[in-house]
Amino acid sequence: MTQSVVVQVGQCGNQVGCRFWDLALREHAHVNKTGVYDDALSSFFRNVDSRKSDGGACGFGGRIQHLKARAVLVDMEEGVVNEILQGPLSEVFDSTQLLTDVSGSGNNWAVGHMSYGSVYREQIVDKLRKAAEHCDCLQCFFLIHSMGGGTGSGLGTRVLSLLEEEFPEVCRIVTSVYPSPEDDVITSPYNSVLAMKELSEHADCVIPVENQSLVDIVNKIKHMSDGGKPGLTIRKDSSIISGQGGLRGAEKPFDAMNNIVANLLLNITSSARFEGSLNMDLNEIAMNLVPFPRLHYLVPSLTPLYTLADVSVPTRRLDQMFSDAFSKDHQLLRANPKHSLYLACALMVRGNVQVSDLRRNIERLRPSLPFVSWNQEGWKTGLCSVPPVGHSHSLLALANNTCVKSTFLDLKERFTKLYRKKAHLHHYLHVEGMEQSCFSEAITSLSSLIEEYHHLDATKGKLIPDAPRLSIAR
Amino acid sequence: MSVVTVQLGQCGNQVGHELFDVVCGDAHDGQRRSYCSVSRERFFHQTERGDLVARAVLIDMEPKVIKHSMNKAANSGRWTYGDDAHFSQKQGSGNNWANGFCVHGPRHEAALEELVRRQVERCDRLSGLMAMMSVAGGTGSGVGTYVTQCLRDTFPKSFIVNQLTWPYGTGEVIVQNYNSVLTLAHLYGLSDAILVHENDTVHGICARLLNLKHISFGDVNRVIAHQLGAVLQPALTTDSHGLYSRNPLGELASALVCHPEYKLLSMSTVPQMPSASIAYSTFSWPGPLRHLRQMLVSNSKMEEGIDWQVRLPAASERSRSLTGGGRGGGRGGGGAAAAAIFNRSLANLLILRGKDVYSAETGGFEDPALFTSWLSPRDAFSLWKSPVPFNKYEKSATLVSNSQALLRPLDDMSLHPPVR
Repeated sequence: MTQSVVVQVGQCGNQVGCRFWDLALREHAHVNKTGVYDDALSSFFRNVDSRKSDGGACGFGGRIQHLKARAVLVDMEEGVVNEILQGPLSEVFDSTQLLTDVSGSGNNWAVGHMSYGSVYREQIVDKLRKAAEHCDCLQCFFLIHSMGGGTGSGLGTRVLSLLEEEFPEVCRIVTSVYPSPEDDVITSPYNSVLAMKELSEHADCVIPVENQSLVDIVNKIKHMSDGGKPGLTIRKDSSIISGQGGLRGAEKPFDAMNNIVANLLLNITSSARFEGSLNMDLNEIAMNLVPFPRLHYLVPSLTPLYTLADVSVPTRRLDQMFSDAFSKDHQLLRANPKHSLYLACALMVRGNVQVSDLRRNIERLRPSLPFVSWNQEGWKTGLCSVPPVGHSHSLLALANNTCVKSTFLDLKERFTKLYRKKAHLHHYLHVEGMEQSCFSEAITSLSSLIEEYHHLDATKGKLIPDAPRLSIAR
Repeated sequence: MSVVTVQLGQCGNQVGHELFDVVCGDAHDGQRRSYCSVSRERFFHQTERGDLVARAVLIDMEPKVIKHSMNKAANSGRWTYGDDAHFSQKQGSGNNWANGFCVHGPRHEAALEELVRRQVERCDRLSGLMAMMSVAGGTGSGVGTYVTQCLRDTFPKSFIVNQLTWPYGTGEVIVQNYNSVLTLAHLYGLSDAILVHENDTVHGICARLLNLKHISFGDVNRVIAHQLGAVLQPALTTDSHGLYSRNPLGELASALVCHPEYKLLSMSTVPQMPSASIAYSTFSWPGPLRHLRQMLVSNSKMEEGIDWQVRLPAASERSRSLTGGGRGGGRGGGGAAAAAIFNRSLANLLILRGKDVYSAETGGFEDPALFTSWLSPRDAFSLWKSPVPFNKYEKSATLVSNSQALLRPLDDMSLHPPVR
């Protein structure tokens, strides 16, 4: 069984991360009834007996003494991390896993990436190495951050390149929260584009998530639970925005949205942690879904959003769950994949779903989904027998789809609007190590990425001529 | 006369587990003693206490599936896997054939060979080795190919048969075609015979013949296991002179693989029906055998929807070319439309199990028109019999065929995606 380490950077990263750990504990508590520290738990938690003198790590099979998260928390201001340490999750982290500073990055990518990046480089590498050493077999780093701010975006991408340098064989899966157009940070386009270049070069795959989509989903669920049809109430712990059953008592703002991202991470790793009839490991995600190294942006969608509390109401048919996964409303990015070209698609199913249901739905939905000509059967499927808390089955769809192009185009446009006027540039250029060329390289990288997607889009419906084959020298 | 099975990857381990379950159950049902003892000797090692331990090695690059299979076997109460007969690592092959073949295989070669050697040494007489794997994933395909290579090096004189499971055509793993083509290319030089099961076909059997509403991988694996069991359980062959054959894999290979370029074998079984219907059905030989023959001729994978229009080509078209027209069936250039989709066989093996096997009329399978012109039906057709009913059917027949049936799936596989 392999282990994964979660690296959470910046305010957004840490808040999402906090929800992740809460929900992870809830899920394992739900599944693990015996209190024995098993393989599944070890993928994200260490078992520590503080009474032991050597630092206390316990192996498998023993009773759970004290669970410590395999995490590294980084933030350049103390507020968020302190809050975590004062809350019910304080036991799960210890001080060696934290890295904080006082003044924050001022929404400035350059401050995060260049200044703090160099100052804290040694410490970051040290903490990462410690986390890695606690792992028997480290498979993956999950990086959680936002793109619009300064720390998450700047320092987060610096951490990403450090991960590639120090641990080149370990997979890097990045969950990035992209800013919405109405974002309150004015320099978010600069920060996002500068970060995009790093993501394209150093990440194995990126799961982009957009705040606006999360808000829409939250509203949809709240509408359903408040104003919906009489007699139809939602099971409180089942909706993907709920943290019910976790450690944290009162719900805070942004919790609902962050719970969605946390659920996303839990579902991705479910097949690696729990057993099933068709397992899908983390290294299979990049292997199957990334046809060309730079095109590694996977659009996620999670269904169902909730289950109804009243068990006598017939459960929504399984097929509806599959259809929903491809509908615009369930995507965590504001995009409509059905109208763009699919390069590859992964369906990770949890719970009481059989292979016949899966095949039937794939055959049913396939004709309406445009796939690229060289990958007409481009499905990767995984079946995990353990359902998430509160559901009997669930589906996570990860699509490598050209619809991300519109998100990137949006970003490029907002960047160009500011850059043309050189607005706010001086804050960046004042930082040691930052030059104008960084900006131009970043926007070039983004443009070429958009161009690659555009190129593929143009082939939609047509057969691409084959690349010339190698001829054998005679 | 013992067969050592090597189960590779998730699919290999799951199907292998079902196979041992099936053969253990079959030999258990108070059948004739000689049948039971041959079957037991073939697949299990008996400890001093009389417990049955499967002659199997379980290999996977991640531990979950092996743990699951071993627990299930232990809980069955009838047989178990050997405690030390398994090998797993922490991290899987990531659906990457190269990872399996070039990294994991060589790295663990010594350990894997040791495990197989231990099982082989426990056999009084080794009849052969069977490697079970899927071709779509990373471990089954990559490590499986490497292990087959090691087996061939270590046991050059033994029969090695590979049982392959092909993935669903509509995609199970995106890079499945790469993994499959790489596997088949290597196995062709290493294996003595390659038994192929396609997920699509077996799924169809579950849905249309067995009438299962919700088909799980367990159901699919059980159908595959029953087909394999029908082939590998004891049978009386022409060479065995009235006793159950001691050399199933060897006789299988020599009966069917008449040319080293043609090793892919497909299987069909009749009848297949929901267990609830068995009590109400009567079984006789002529009907099922006729169906089976037409299934072969029309390349139909199951007993439903058989195309009875397809007929054997007339004598004049047969001698046209060696392979009978290459792709797409016996198209002898301007032949009749019916001959265009006729499935020409190189060799066929028919296995009959159940009551009145000696009175079954199998002349239809010896028709020279079924085969190529360079093998006489006497050499191309083999018949095995067993008076013991198998799998609850009073009479059942299995046809293992070396024919053009697997051409379409092979074509599909090698066309997508185009290799640069």
